Amino acid sequence: MSTNPRACAGSSSATAGTAASPRFDLDRSWRIDDRVAVRPEPFGALLYHFGTRRLSFLKNATVLTVVRSLAEHPSARAACAAAGITAAALPAYERALATLAESQMIRERARPESTGP
Amino acid sequence: MTQQAVIETTPAQPGLIDDESAGPGHASDRADQEALVAEELLVEEVSIDGMCGVY
Amino acid sequence: MTAAALAPERPAAPGPERPAGPVPRLVEQFERGLAAPICLTWELTYACNLACVHCLSSSGRRDPRELTTAECRAVIDTLERMQVFYVNIGGGEPTVRPDFWELVDYATAHHVGVKFSTNGIKIDPAVARRLAASDYVDAQISLDGATAEVNDAVRGPGSYATAVRAMENLRAAGFEGFKLSVVMTRHNVGQLDELKALADGYGAQLRLTRLRPSGRGADSWPELHPTAAQQRQLYDWLVAHGEQVLTGDSFFHLAPYGGPLPGLNLCGAGRVVCLIDPVGDVYACPFAIHEEFLAGSVRQPGGFAAVWRDSELFAELRRPVKGEGEAGGGACRPCQFYDSCRGGCMAAKFFTGLPLDGPDPECVRGFGAAALQSVDPAAAPRPALDHSHNGPVRGRAAGPVPVTISARPAALRPPDLRPATRPARGCDESPLAGFVPRTPTDITRSTRRDGLT
Repeated sequence: MSTNPRACAGSSSATAGTAASPRFDLDRSWRIDDRVAVRPEPFGALLYHFGTRRLSFLKNATVLTVVRSLAEHPSARAACAAAGITAAALPAYERALATLAESQMIRERARPESTGP
Repeated sequence: MTQQAVIETTPAQPGLIDDESAGPGHASDRADQEALVAEELLVEEVSIDGMCGVY
Repeated sequence: MTAAALAPERPAAPGPERPAGPVPRLVEQFERGLAAPICLTWELTYACNLACVHCLSSSGRRDPRELTTAECRAVIDTLERMQVFYVNIGGGEPTVRPDFWELVDYATAHHVGVKFSTNGIKIDPAVARRLAASDYVDAQISLDGATAEVNDAVRGPGSYATAVRAMENLRAAGFEGFKLSVVMTRHNVGQLDELKALADGYGAQLRLTRLRPSGRGADSWPELHPTAAQQRQLYDWLVAHGEQVLTGDSFFHLAPYGGPLPGLNLCGAGRVVCLIDPVGDVYACPFAIHEEFLAGSVRQPGGFAAVWRDSELFAELRRPVKGEGEAGGGACRPCQFYDSCRGGCMAAKFFTGLPLDGPDPECVRGFGAAALQSVDPAAAPRPALDHSHNGPVRGRAAGPVPVTISARPAALRPPDLRPATRPARGCDESPLAGFVPRTPTDITRSTRRDGLT
């Protein structure tokens, strides 16, 4: 029997949030769920959801910046732009946010009435 | 341990793990790594139960 | 528990510059250790109403030096500051501590999630209702067989009934998803489907973990650990059940069979987890209660935070794996499967007398079994402390528990599974009977691994 010890990418049960998942809507308003603890680390951050008991590992500082700033921006796209994410890099961050949404780490929030552009 | 301890004598069983996967294994390891970089998985998840050393 | 109520986020801990380029795998980040544990095991007491044959902490009798309620609250304060996400409270039997509920409530009020491990002795209907009402407390019932016959041979007469009663109370109280945790042995691997059905019937989640030769487990491990064929059977069953069945990441040594099971798949000791024992000693992991893996004490200056951050033992465990050109990292490095099994479990190797840089005793390629043939079992390390009951446990018949699971010839039956005892002194029911402290508390040996008596 032939085995590949790295049959899974990485050693965790990685939820890639790729095409198989519901598309993530960058143009909606998002925020971190109330039951999530955010713990910065040298490499990025750990997110722990007290309700689901899932742990999410954010692997760089930029995705942490985006996640923490979601509530301050009218859309996830705006939060990404504010964090300096280029158009080329955006798909990877969209996938990251999709993963977090799927595991309920982040959730949509009611969009405030906009008074301007 | 007691003197009657029965030491497990199962020898290494070549058929258990295919040694011939050494070559193809390395090639697909590289492919995995490249796929990982291309994917740039920025978020990975684990259950809080997924840490060894907590009973 | 709202985000606003959470403790202020810690600033990112200082660390080496991370290189730009490919994002490192999760396991590589965790192997270097984190600024705080993600979760940890905290044994609240060595006292226990049972005397399980394989107890990893050799529990039974309370230690007179156990942390006071105030000291326990101080530990929780520290865990909160460090943002430890949750703590697994165990023992011994943690619920026999009079301050157990006070401490659980204190932890959850201070943003530390709690799961506690219990044999079920105190889970009456009122307790069950209280648990069902709390979102931040999880319960884990220990059971090692789907039948009283299999379970009680290891955990003692009546222990199956106690666990089932607790589970029934939890189910009746509407507590869904509590854990039923089973240590896999030669005698219960054949009951996997029944164990799953048992958990399902009570609305519980099944958890299967690995038997380590730790504590009293060292005596019975040779006869109790699953055979190679059973390991394979277990692996296949776990793969088939995916994330429905928890494992506490205790089977990463089986990854070479066909890929990693869910979990981090690495030894978390001193890196993402550790143990705080009832007297406040900090060990790398609960399966490694031995002076060799003692990192310090919560009673030392700086408390637990200082131990986690500064302990020499933990620094050593967090060093990148030796083997980039060095002899250390040893015999396993050339193996093509080292990447997935990581050399297996440190505690399993240590307590079977195997070298830490060699194969796990249950290496799926059989290298560990081969190595064990050269080991003198009498020379395997034993911890200095033993809190085992000295005499008969209340309600349990004195003398050896005969195991008659199968019709195997007497020579192959497990030997006397009664824990090692010292001569009884005075009243056997006294928690202090026969107890002689062997390792005096010495807070100055805190972060030093050497200089131990």
